[in-house]
Amino acid sequence: MAGALINVPERARRGEIVEIKTLISHPMETGYRRNQSGARVERDIVRLFVCTYNGAEVFRAELHPAIAANPFIVFSTIATESGTLSFQWTGDNGFSVTESAAITVD
Amino acid sequence: MAPRWGLGALIVLSLAAAAVAGEIPRAERRSGYEFMSRETRAMQDDDTANPAMLWVLEGEALWKAKAGSAGRACTDCHGDARTTMKGVAARHPAFDPARGRPISLEQRISACRVDRQGGPPLAYESRELMALTAFVARQSRGLPVDPAMDARTQPFLDAGRATFHRRQGQLNLSCSQCHDDHWGRQLAGNVIPQAHPTGYPLYRLEWQGMGSLQRRLRNCLTGIRAEPYEYGAPELVDLELYLMSRAAGMKMDAPAVRP
Amino acid sequence: MSTPSSRREFLRTAGGVAAVMAAGLAISVTPARATSEAMKDAIRKVVGAAKVTAGRVKLELPPLSENGNTVPLTVSVESPMTPAEHVKAIHVFTELNPQPDVATFRLGPRAGRARVATRIRLATTQTVVAVTELSDGSFWSDTAAVVVTLAACLEDA
Repeated sequence: MAGALINVPERARRGEIVEIKTLISHPMETGYRRNQSGARVERDIVRLFVCTYNGAEVFRAELHPAIAANPFIVFSTIATESGTLSFQWTGDNGFSVTESAAITVD
Repeated sequence: MAPRWGLGALIVLSLAAAAVAGEIPRAERRSGYEFMSRETRAMQDDDTANPAMLWVLEGEALWKAKAGSAGRACTDCHGDARTTMKGVAARHPAFDPARGRPISLEQRISACRVDRQGGPPLAYESRELMALTAFVARQSRGLPVDPAMDARTQPFLDAGRATFHRRQGQLNLSCSQCHDDHWGRQLAGNVIPQAHPTGYPLYRLEWQGMGSLQRRLRNCLTGIRAEPYEYGAPELVDLELYLMSRAAGMKMDAPAVRP
Repeated sequence: MSTPSSRREFLRTAGGVAAVMAAGLAISVTPARATSEAMKDAIRKVVGAAKVTAGRVKLELPPLSENGNTVPLTVSVESPMTPAEHVKAIHVFTELNPQPDVATFRLGPRAGRARVATRIRLATTQTVVAVTELSDGSFWSDTAAVVVTLAACLEDA
């Protein structure tokens, strides 16, 4: 799957609050479902989402199976300086996806 | 757990239905979009929030990737999909002279993979096929549904129409009874839509993933306790053709979100 | 089934279990689901012995959800989000899902605005609770009730 869809404005004024929307492809298997033969389908979820801004953590989300499949998270951060916003999702079975977006702050 | 369909309610429904269902007058046709909640519509409207866009983006990457023994990418023959694929999804199912019958968009894409790229067929509902179909269908968004029809497609259209009106399954219901006669009414907590395929392939909240119109039709058949036709079965493609002709002129909103 | 007002009662006082029991309410327990009890425990794990007051945080959910698999949720807190006064975390819980935790969002003054949106799963009609932890150590909460309907014409599981 196209790993992730990130929506960040390319530019912002210094001090402006920017809204960031993220969508990651992941089934978020709860661990409560049963397959055709009645056996439990093991939990397999994204457990953590972290956003860093030029290396400093600005947002973190700890997720549980009650987060819907293909997790969608919207949050905001203050545009402090030009640089890179980095997004990392980690989860069960070694799941790890990192994406980044550049932002220009005037 | 309580059965999802109250059998009593269903029997009442089928008895109350008119003897012969009439098609919905053109002026009264409404997209499934209009029957959804505000929140689900908002999910579809925002490309940065629509889960189907994950598949569209993957499809865009696959479009440019070389595949098969011929080592060809879709783009090598078709160039920029934004131009060349415009209106293609709106026209399918379309008659394929090689096969002597209409084929669905999914079948068309898989056929290209085999015939032109020299690769194995793309499995129905596979991630790859859904991604490519979603990407191609995205290029028809906003365009009117306009299946290519002529004397060759007529018998298949007739077969599709007959299937739509035929009572089937243990519940002995026809598609028409719910979707022509009782659209707008409640069924198991949801509103019955008119069954226009303007949004396919789409992200169904119930599937928590992307699926084709055929997947949805198989769900309907399971719903009336009928044996669902296999993926790619002529009955399903004929039904797709009939549904597209029934929706002719309505705006495509693929890739949509539906409950 | 406990009423919304009695839940707010619990959240206003520490030792809320006693308050609920005193009100003589029956909490239905189905084997496959958590109970209000499990949710209370989960909230207690986060707030400890601290008082939780209703207010400051706003939880927005559709009152009727078309499909429990994907229910849009927005949670926001009125806060200046300065280093001196800001939201440290927002925790979301459900009453009747198999387990009560939904998510914890950790913010801070760099957020600019305390507002997070996501999509959650609800196993059945139930109440959702958001608890926010502010930089001064106080806890605030909001609840929202959601009716969850079943789609028709499903795949065989």
